[in-house]
Amino acid sequence: MTTLTLTAPSPHLAFLLRLADDNLILGHRLSEWTGHAPMLEEDIALANIALDHIGAARSLYDRAAELHGEGLTEDDYAYRRDARGYLNCLLVERPNGDFAHTIVRQLLYSAFALPYWAVLTASTDATIAAIAAKSEKEARYHVRHSGDWFLRLGDGTDESRTRTEAALAALWPYTGELFEVDATLEPLIAEGVAADPRSVHAVWQQTIDQALAATGLTVPEVPFMQTGGRTGYHTEHLGFILADLQFMQRAYPGATW
Amino acid sequence: MTNLTPLWEVFIRTRNGMAHRHVGSVHAADAALALQAARDVYTRRGEGLSIWVVPSNAITASDPAEKDEMFEPTASKVYRHPSFYDIPDDIENM
Repeated sequence: MTTLTLTAPSPHLAFLLRLADDNLILGHRLSEWTGHAPMLEEDIALANIALDHIGAARSLYDRAAELHGEGLTEDDYAYRRDARGYLNCLLVERPNGDFAHTIVRQLLYSAFALPYWAVLTASTDATIAAIAAKSEKEARYHVRHSGDWFLRLGDGTDESRTRTEAALAALWPYTGELFEVDATLEPLIAEGVAADPRSVHAVWQQTIDQALAATGLTVPEVPFMQTGGRTGYHTEHLGFILADLQFMQRAYPGATW
Repeated sequence: MTNLTPLWEVFIRTRNGMAHRHVGSVHAADAALALQAARDVYTRRGEGLSIWVVPSNAITASDPAEKDEMFEPTASKVYRHPSFYDIPDDIENM
């Protein structure tokens, strides 16, 4: 199965892939907890959230394939692109770490995704608008679940608080990328296909500030924000995710069951 | 683990007009997380419209050793069952 390389995808296609890749990679990361979560209840909860993300990714890849033509399917995007072709933000590919890392990553992402899906329900791309309407409800639960855990870990035992603080410090540098606007996004925002992520920054900040205030934790000081994922420059972790995700289709091209 | 995450009994109402039914239990640190755990564990296939969670230790249960005095006396009182009436043919749902 040859590698799918997209040379200069249209802004519309790139935007769909950025959204889809965020969801696929975060969904994959969460699915890594299956069978390993701290308790049975959380094992299933994380798997549920993983399935929400992967479901959104599939719908977005479908729309991308429709736009792309050439007979591509959702599977081509998931299984045939190399790391350089993936356009997810770096935050979602960060390793699961301990449970606090997973919860903090989820809260930081979902607190952005919820208001962003909400504005995308007005997208001039009717398919994006429909996916956004469904995903907004799912994201509301993701914020609630990760937010409730954040409070209990951040304001729990000394151990859980130390771990939550460490996770916050480790992941905060990856939050700037969520709100980046570049030459790909600008024309789409003007056309109404995409929404301006900067327009939801205040809501995101408020959600995070409330979560922090409830625990007494503070925003970590970071010297700069990490960036690169939106143009295919990833951390070393994405390659390992793809090795896991794509092995079967790469080794046995077109295999079905 | 269990002292930090006690047991909660889960009751789910599947449709409007139905009663909540006991479906099982979850471990959770507090009521809010118990509700989420119940949602995640027991309503994955669209089973629920409403969930109750109750601390398991808040339930007072009958003693199985007392089942004779508790339940035996009703066994001989068949006349309490509404089965001694002829239902007219025109009544479709009873």
